[in-house]
Amino acid sequence: MVDDPQVALEARGLVKRYPGVLAVDGVSFSVREGTCFGLLGPNGAGKTTTVEMIEGVSRPTSGEVYYYGEIAGARFREESGIQFQNTALQDHITVRETLEMFHALYERRADLEHVIEQCSLGDLLDRDNRKLSGGQRQRLLLAVALVNRPRLVFLDEPTTGLDPQARRNFWTLVQNIRAEGATVVLTTHYMDEAQILCDEIAIMDQGKIVRQGSPEALLFARYGDEMINLPHGEIRRPNLEDLFLDLTGHSLRA
Amino acid sequence: MLRRIYAIFVSRNREFLRDRASLSWNLVLPVALVFGLSFAFDGQRDEFTVGVLQEAAQVDPAAHPFFATRYIEFVPYDDLADAMLKVERHQLDLLVDPGPPTRYWVNPEAAKGYFAEIALLQALGGTGDTVVKEQISGDPIRYSDWVLPGILGMNMMFSCLFGVGYVIVRYRKNGFLKRLLATPLTAFEFITAQVASRMVLIMLITSFVYTGTHLLLDTRMEGSYVTLFAVGLVGAVSMVSLGLIVSARVTSEELAGGLLNLINWPMMMLSGVWFSLEGAGPTLQAISKVFPLTHVLDAARAVSLDGATFVDVAPALGALVVQSALFLAIGSAIFRWEQY
Repeated sequence: MVDDPQVALEARGLVKRYPGVLAVDGVSFSVREGTCFGLLGPNGAGKTTTVEMIEGVSRPTSGEVYYYGEIAGARFREESGIQFQNTALQDHITVRETLEMFHALYERRADLEHVIEQCSLGDLLDRDNRKLSGGQRQRLLLAVALVNRPRLVFLDEPTTGLDPQARRNFWTLVQNIRAEGATVVLTTHYMDEAQILCDEIAIMDQGKIVRQGSPEALLFARYGDEMINLPHGEIRRPNLEDLFLDLTGHSLRA
Repeated sequence: MLRRIYAIFVSRNREFLRDRASLSWNLVLPVALVFGLSFAFDGQRDEFTVGVLQEAAQVDPAAHPFFATRYIEFVPYDDLADAMLKVERHQLDLLVDPGPPTRYWVNPEAAKGYFAEIALLQALGGTGDTVVKEQISGDPIRYSDWVLPGILGMNMMFSCLFGVGYVIVRYRKNGFLKRLLATPLTAFEFITAQVASRMVLIMLITSFVYTGTHLLLDTRMEGSYVTLFAVGLVGAVSMVSLGLIVSARVTSEELAGGLLNLINWPMMMLSGVWFSLEGAGPTLQAISKVFPLTHVLDAARAVSLDGATFVDVAPALGALVVQSALFLAIGSAIFRWEQY
């Protein structure tokens, strides 16, 4: 167990086994307070399964999760906010009512008006959940994750399916959350998203972490000052996509 | 804890009350059934039915000249008070003690009783036997009086089982339960809120439908409204608890629907919703006691038709409490938030 008080979260030896499938194979990492940690990998790499074990919504076959040095339990649930990849909300309920319901489930509570403003939901408060666009819905789900003024925020592929403008707006939101002191754990298969938002990333493939570190450090360790030659004489710096391809032999979006 | 339960309770109430199609169905179906059946069957009992006071389970046509009369169903009764009550309510056209001397009870306000009496006297015409006549007065029990508790109970059964069982399975399947699991909400708090929400809604709907139907059709109410409400309340707890067992682990709405129908249909057919099981065999009667709806309907009819008190229906309420505790214990033990 990591005793460093600056470590907000530590996953140790997480394994998830389904009949005939080893979905997560001994994943360990720690996340320092106030940073954004990215779990990067293609679909099926085990990112969501790993994060769901950490979030406590799926039981690990083996392994432990520590939150500020304690086994993650009631305090973790009180102080963490989670935006799942797919979450249905209740039908016939408005945005405001949804926020108020989740707000009431916590002892530790944010100023709801601040959360509404932060996620730009002011004009949508009386709208039925079912009538939100993809981007509006993601903002609501993020707001739900923020109603308890979380110290630790999990964002599981939050921009999947959003148009480029909505994705950029969402990144700004995440940067604002970080600026307020929250630690963020982000899973994504978008390299640009990881490079912009994350201080540290772990690249997962086939249930294992294959590399971990800051995006810059990982790229430098692999490529140094190498450049990639493109057709027509163009050159560019290697990026995380290239790194992943080199490490695993297949694309991040495979 | 209470704040969390209240938040889930309010949210579920809103979801249900704003789903106008479901709400309308819950209100319109029982009213339509009561009115339809009332229109179709009130006062239309075609057969003549005569009770025969005797110990034997079969009426022997040779035992009395009247018993050979065609087009009359002779039903044995060994309890005089029970049989007299049925004459009073026009459920029996005549009650006969073959004697000797032959003794009979008739309700002078019952048209069919008048004709059954003529048939009896004609059958005895040449025998010279002494005949003793007793009169019993009372308004008839209409089919609507009898079936109203059945239809309300059936509506309550559907609403409790599907309103809790099906909804929780839907929440589990679409990931809403998983989202709640990631909050400090406990399974106990969630289940309590769901049960409370359904209880309040079903009791409001049932009270509303009962009051409207009772006023419009002037159905019989011999007992206390408070006792009747208590029967409904305890019955609803029991059926909501039964729904929780189905919803505790199932992840498919189709499977949940099938399981709920597997419970609903036998319960509807064997609990006396549409017809009395009085003449059914002992095995069938024993099976019917397994279903909470049987105890609810027995108690509700005892209150509304016979004027039974809280003490009189206490055994039925006790059975419902035991069943509720059993269902809740099983449901809580096997409840699971996540889909896999």
